Amino acid sequence: MSRLTAENVTLAYDQRVIAENLSVAVPDHSFTVIVGPNACGKSTLLRALSRMLKPAAGSVLLDGAAISSLPAKKVARTLGLLPQSSIAPDGITVADLVARGRYPHQGLLRQWSADDERIVQESMAATGVGELADRYVDELSGGQRQRVWIAMALAQQTPLFLLDEPTTYLDIQHQIEVLDLCADLHEEQGRTLVAVLHDLNHAARYATHLIAMKGGEIVAQGAPGDIVTAELVERVFGLKCQVIDDPETGTPLVVPAARAPRGSRRPAERTATAAT
Amino acid sequence: MRTTVKPGQGTKQAGALRTRGGLSLRLDRRAVVVGLVLLALALAAGVALIGSGDYPLTPAEVLATLTGGGDAGQTFIVQDLRLPRVLVGLLVGAAFGTAGAVFQTVSRNPLGSPDVLGFAQGSSVGALVAIVYFQAGTVAVAAGAVVGGLATGLAIFLLAWQRGIHGYRFVLVGIGASAMLYAMVLYLMTKANIVEATRATTWMTGSLNGRDWDQVWPLAAVCAVCLPLVLLNGRPLRMLEMGDDAAYALGVRVDRVRVLVLLAAVVLVAAATAAAGPISFVALTAPQLARRLTRSPGPNLLPAALMGALLLVAADWASQRLFGADQLPVGVLTGVLGGGYLLWLLATERKAGRV
Repeated sequence: MSRLTAENVTLAYDQRVIAENLSVAVPDHSFTVIVGPNACGKSTLLRALSRMLKPAAGSVLLDGAAISSLPAKKVARTLGLLPQSSIAPDGITVADLVARGRYPHQGLLRQWSADDERIVQESMAATGVGELADRYVDELSGGQRQRVWIAMALAQQTPLFLLDEPTTYLDIQHQIEVLDLCADLHEEQGRTLVAVLHDLNHAARYATHLIAMKGGEIVAQGAPGDIVTAELVERVFGLKCQVIDDPETGTPLVVPAARAPRGSRRPAERTATAAT
Repeated sequence: MRTTVKPGQGTKQAGALRTRGGLSLRLDRRAVVVGLVLLALALAAGVALIGSGDYPLTPAEVLATLTGGGDAGQTFIVQDLRLPRVLVGLLVGAAFGTAGAVFQTVSRNPLGSPDVLGFAQGSSVGALVAIVYFQAGTVAVAAGAVVGGLATGLAIFLLAWQRGIHGYRFVLVGIGASAMLYAMVLYLMTKANIVEATRATTWMTGSLNGRDWDQVWPLAAVCAVCLPLVLLNGRPLRMLEMGDDAAYALGVRVDRVRVLVLLAAVVLVAAATAAAGPISFVALTAPQLARRLTRSPGPNLLPAALMGALLLVAADWASQRLFGADQLPVGVLTGVLGGGYLLWLLATERKAGRV
């Protein structure tokens, strides 16, 4: 079952077509990760799924209805998004920022209910930013800030949660911290997560459903253990590699091939390596 | 119905007002206090302004006359001469303050206020065309200013439109428009004779001298429509501060909200400018001062409106006290104060490493 699907969508920015006739279904209660080389259309697909980009043709369906025809606030109660870049307003505290996640549940006469307050507390606790509640967001480290933004999206209390490259610009320990948090949200709260990730090994470790894209098309999808092979990686990324079992989790681990000694490389191989 | 006010746990200053029926209002205690103080000060400045002039009145006499007491002479001075001026001042200040807060929020730039973006120049071109080419009377000059301001707004909208309105582009187009319109102002001045040039210069400085009920009513009508329109969109506008994507994800109809509040702000600026001239710096400074007092993120629309009203009426009162009645147009004083404020802002922001 899929609450969120794209059916034969054509995705384009003005006249520049990114993907044509693309169909995808996000399995309910999955942690779906979309991977692919730069400009493969993965972020564009996520934008379409989160209704930020209206498809030029075809439609994105949420619970069977065209997402563009649904009231904005109603969609925002079902589908949350962590955008690639958000701006923390000057002088805002963590608690106030997280509280903004309640917006789609509020109205002019229902601005701040007891439920809102409780859910904001819970969201901060779930993301480990409860102690930071009164701190200013500008003062936080990149990893803390990203957890605050995730807390805000959590406070939105949506069964579906989309994340656009949530680990970009973070140090490696914060990348893992954020991904662990996502895995917790998926496993403990039963939310459906869809993330675009750059790192193939992170994707293979954390995803329950992996979608590999290239040139606006889906090349393969399924459980990482079933689809991540050396052939797939070479086909999608143009990278020669071995795929071994991750010693920690047993999921596929991509190990790029060592560079051939200088002089023995053929031009074709050199370009393939450069493209990665 | 019982209401409770209790502090929000974990939030610094927000409390909530809730009823059993499920209604709830989020209140930032500091912002409420700041708002009430600003309102009281603005009204007090208004009373002081009514009392000052060649025939001074004590605040008690002013209040008595306003509430129906006072003798015939006092009633004439207060109701016919000075009250309209104060009302125009309060409304113009509130309109500029609100519009400034809207523009600064949408452009995400403290310098993105209507006087920087060419609206003052656009209104000036309209007014100067009326003065120089048509030797128009007060009403026609005001109409020219409205047309100029609205046309400028429309032009900036159309030029900045690119699949919606985006703050950065809006500011750049506005600054370009401002430069071009200023060149037109200078051209019109070269075409003016000495009398027209004097009128034009006085108009462009911005003044509350001799404002009567004819200016109050149209401005009050515009404010009655546009101020609530903007204030009701305050919550989605606050979401817009976090970027379009974040606001969209929270269910804000980004383009609709932005176009609606910008249109309302453009109309407010045009109407206020028509009533009092392009009084400088109120739209720029009022929202920033209000923000620093409430220490609350967000557009702070109502505090900005009240701060604008207070600034303008207080500046008018101060210019009368310092320089004598109707000697110095209020626009000169707000310009000097605003320029000083701007320098201070740049200095402190630079120390904080933000500029």
